Amino acid sequence: MLDLLLRALLGGLGVAAVAGPLGAFVVWRRMAYFGDTLAHSALLGVALGFLFDINLNLAIVVLCVGLALVLVTLQKKHIIATDTLLGILAHSALSLGLVAVSFLDNIRIDLMAYLFGDLLAISQTDVYWIYGGGLTVIALLVTFWKPLLAMTVNEELAKVEGYPVEAIRLLLMLLVALVIAVAMKIVGVLLITSLMIIPAATARKLSKTPVQMASYASVIGCLSVCGGLWASYQWDTPTGPSVVVCAAMLFLIAYTVPFKRKR
Amino acid sequence: MTKQLVAFEKIGIAFDGRVLLESIDMSISEGEIVTLIGPNGSGKSTLIRTLLGLQEATSGQVVRHKTLRIGYMPQKLHIDPTLPLTVKHFLALVRGVDKHQILPTLEKLGIAHLVNSQVHVLSGGETQRVLLARALLNKPNLLVLDEPVQGVDVNGQVELYNLIEGIRNELGCGVLMVSHDLHLVMAKTDTVVCINQHVCCSGSPQHVTGHPAYQALFGVPGADESIAIYAHQHDHVHDEHGSILSGNDDDHTHCQHH
Repeated sequence: MLDLLLRALLGGLGVAAVAGPLGAFVVWRRMAYFGDTLAHSALLGVALGFLFDINLNLAIVVLCVGLALVLVTLQKKHIIATDTLLGILAHSALSLGLVAVSFLDNIRIDLMAYLFGDLLAISQTDVYWIYGGGLTVIALLVTFWKPLLAMTVNEELAKVEGYPVEAIRLLLMLLVALVIAVAMKIVGVLLITSLMIIPAATARKLSKTPVQMASYASVIGCLSVCGGLWASYQWDTPTGPSVVVCAAMLFLIAYTVPFKRKR
Repeated sequence: MTKQLVAFEKIGIAFDGRVLLESIDMSISEGEIVTLIGPNGSGKSTLIRTLLGLQEATSGQVVRHKTLRIGYMPQKLHIDPTLPLTVKHFLALVRGVDKHQILPTLEKLGIAHLVNSQVHVLSGGETQRVLLARALLNKPNLLVLDEPVQGVDVNGQVELYNLIEGIRNELGCGVLMVSHDLHLVMAKTDTVVCINQHVCCSGSPQHVTGHPAYQALFGVPGADESIAIYAHQHDHVHDEHGSILSGNDDDHTHCQHH
């Protein structure tokens, strides 16, 4: 039992630590709906993974990246408004995933676990995936921090100064896709975006620089995971939603308790 | 012989069958201040964006000197309020910036006290200076300024233009400026290029204001009494009460005060 909890805690902390800084970018660039779309399509990745018998995490990453590329291409054509496009893609991908899953007769998939996550079900291999993927994401974030931030602040200025803006935008999408793939086990496709956005939004209240906001988001995410796990253990509540509820409570506290903030 | 930094050669841009620019020829050399004027929708910004590589030309080409390094000051700066950012951190984002240059640059522009301010709380004039600082930190030999005095009051405009001229004199860089308000920019400009889809006229400020094509676009100077061109030599500084602070001991006979 202790082993199980420890593994859940390790996995959860790993995911929260990565989701924080990336969530900051999602908030800054107003990509929340984009993150949702990728997350919803992850279920289709799971179904395809089973269908073609490939590693599920890999299938999710490939599908998310593929979808991100499709999105960027369609966005450039200005056929319809971006939010409409995202809505269409998100829900068609989710539905397609659900339909595809129903075709897999001989494999029983615990749908609930994929939709809402099951922190207590993570295996040793999952922990390796989380830390492997997580460290890759952090390493890329640190290496490309300045171009990523420069592009976020002002794309035109960044481009004029010679940053490869298109490539960096793609990198950010890739990172979001990676985080979704590794975080899926913990909070599920429906709640992943919240684990990225809520801690980052909470951190906004407390920070004066981008680095502060990104690192506080990590810490706040980790606190939420600890709180959520504890609540789940205490009252036998579902872990994924408990983590999100905990994050939301921290957000409420940060914005209602009057902190002194220097300009 | 001064170095030619940029030359537009027969630049044409059409978008969805609508012609935005047609056969634009102009050039900017080191140490030269060129002001691009034209009414709204005349294609000023489009031309600037072509120079910056943000917009493809449909025809013609932009010839850039191999040493060309642009410092770009955009019209506005919108930073999402969810992104906490101080002036210092904003300026540190310049590619390959020497961080030790940030404070001296801010000092030169008279805004050293803003170094730790959040970018969201700056006034219009302060924002313009921070943007100018960012352009300068890119170590440019060509400054591209898109409506640099927008939203700045008249005194602020004079100061900002003096600052820009001072930078030109110090760095010897070229300056390409966009303006739709001609009255204040004139005095310091070497060349004015008036465009409205095509180059209407270009030359020295005096030449351009007398040109029929300019007058057709902007009216005859002096015809509108509410806007007067106040062309006096500013070789002194006023204190807060308007009296003259003695910078040098010349008398100021050519400048009348009311």
